[in-house]
Amino acid sequence: MTHSILEARGIRKKFFDPVEVEILRGLDLSIQAGEFVSIMGKSGCGKSTLLYVLSTMDTQYEGDLLLAGQSLKGLKAAELARIRNQHIGFVFQFHYLLPEFSVLRNVMLPALKLGLKSKEEIEHDAMEKLRLLDVDEQALKRATQISGGQKQRVAIARALINNPDIIMGDEPTGNLDSKNAQRVFDIFREITQTQQQSLLIVTHDTDFAQKTDRIIEMADGMIIS
Amino acid sequence: MSLYNPLLLGIAKTHLLARKKQSAIAALGVTFGIGVFIILVSFMTGLNGLLDGLILNRTPHVRIYNEIKQSERQPIEDFAPYADKAHIIHSIKPKNSQLKLRNGLAIRAELRKDPRVKGITPQVSTRIFYQAGAVQLNGSLAGMDVLEEARLFNFQQYIVGGKPEDLASNENAIVLGAGVAKNLSLQIGDYVQIVSINGSRERLKIVGLFQSGLADIDKVFSYCNIGTAQRLSGEGGDYFTDLHLKLHDIEAAAGMAEELRSSWGVNAIDIKTANAQFETGTSIRNMITYAVSVALLIVAGFGIYNILNMLIYEKMPDIAILKATGFSALDVQRIFLYQAILIGVIGASMGLIFGFLASYGISQAPFETEALPTIKTFPVNFNPQFYVIGIVFALITTFFAGYMPSRKAGRIDPVDILRGQ
Repeated sequence: MTHSILEARGIRKKFFDPVEVEILRGLDLSIQAGEFVSIMGKSGCGKSTLLYVLSTMDTQYEGDLLLAGQSLKGLKAAELARIRNQHIGFVFQFHYLLPEFSVLRNVMLPALKLGLKSKEEIEHDAMEKLRLLDVDEQALKRATQISGGQKQRVAIARALINNPDIIMGDEPTGNLDSKNAQRVFDIFREITQTQQQSLLIVTHDTDFAQKTDRIIEMADGMIIS
Repeated sequence: MSLYNPLLLGIAKTHLLARKKQSAIAALGVTFGIGVFIILVSFMTGLNGLLDGLILNRTPHVRIYNEIKQSERQPIEDFAPYADKAHIIHSIKPKNSQLKLRNGLAIRAELRKDPRVKGITPQVSTRIFYQAGAVQLNGSLAGMDVLEEARLFNFQQYIVGGKPEDLASNENAIVLGAGVAKNLSLQIGDYVQIVSINGSRERLKIVGLFQSGLADIDKVFSYCNIGTAQRLSGEGGDYFTDLHLKLHDIEAAAGMAEELRSSWGVNAIDIKTANAQFETGTSIRNMITYAVSVALLIVAGFGIYNILNMLIYEKMPDIAILKATGFSALDVQRIFLYQAILIGVIGASMGLIFGFLASYGISQAPFETEALPTIKTFPVNFNPQFYVIGIVFALITTFFAGYMPSRKAGRIDPVDILRGQ
């Protein structure tokens, strides 16, 4: 059995507003190191909800969640923040770059928060990541001054800065044209192969999903394949 | 976890600098509040000090004097056969006693040894006439130890056109009431004839004019050395009618007066009883000052609260991504709290400078009044304590103004925002 990075056991979640709906109905899931997994399903099937539960940001669920063998159930919000900081990277449909900061500073922030390296080392790492994503020339521009495709690549660089075990994406290519989407996919592919980092991507894009290692199909709060 | 975090402070600074105008307006609110507080409190306490000085610094803390009044014990009470009867006496007259303070020398010697007493000066008050040709003007002359009086009760502040030393060094000199001098057309350097009630005369040289600012007093009172007054009254060197006490602690005055009344059987009145209205005026003026300043700072606080609330609303996506990438609720809260405190520190520092400059300006503005011949400009109190109070107050206000919105920011659920976009 290969090394399991993220494991979910019997995840259940209910929404109570406006009426009680069980959105996740007992999910089991395991992601291996270096695996590139996509989650597909119709709107409202609970795939985003699942992603936010797995991301540790949503703590209102039943079941157990293990990251690298450690149970995350019952940890305090500050401890979960620390785990997200160090072990999980995020890419969203929208880039969420901080508009007042430079591209470089945006990438550096999570590492500065982690505080394991000196500022010079972090700056060096951030430039490396930007170079990997081919946006290093934009490093000193303000985050608002670059194009949409570039912003998304900067957001990916930010997700990579602390070398997380797993990178989660909520439709990271949803706002991109096919050329940029292909580019993002290639970057993801490269990461899984070279760094042994796992990827878990929620997507509507069948072409994108087909190229991943494994597709998890969801319907009505359950995994169907 | 330390209060200071350079990363979070850096983010806070960037946020503020990205909105220079808003930040400046918020800081100006604090600047204005603190500035006005400093101006108000410096000016008000300066004025209070002046008014207190007008009366309190020039007034003895305890005055011991002799009062002509009826005997407390009437002769009939000593008549044994009627001892158990009720006495009804009509038309009691005051007892004719001398004006001299009984046991004056002994009281003075005793009080000089008392550690609470800063100084004690005797006075001889006597009623006199100012003679000008055939006209005699009613008046009152006080003889005193001039230099001690100047040291303890700021006598020099009343004198126009002369120095206390001029009077002290001349047994035949007088500081004439300004009103008397005007009525008699006398100037400094002239001589004035003084006639005492028992008929003795003195020709005294005018070495200064006395101006209290109260016309009725200046028309009657004049001052000379104690020896001159004793000579005019036809009494010896142990004669004086009042003892003026200055204490180290003004609060001890009431107790001291009570003590003197009971142990020496003399009349003694303390400054608080004699001038109760001044205490009230001072405390009310202080209250108004602080109330206005607190109101201004609260307004500034609401300004900060408002701007932070708006900023946080605008920054929801940023907060969400910060939390997603590992910043805790406390980190986010501190980012916004730092902004409030930065606004407070910068605003308050500018306020202190603004307040200082403005009060310095006021202290240079001309202010001339009859009542205070030695005062030429507005009184301002540059007590550093006000500046400390100001900055502490500003920091407390901005902290509370920032606390609520920043707590709200810390509690934002990133999932709500990340999913919503």
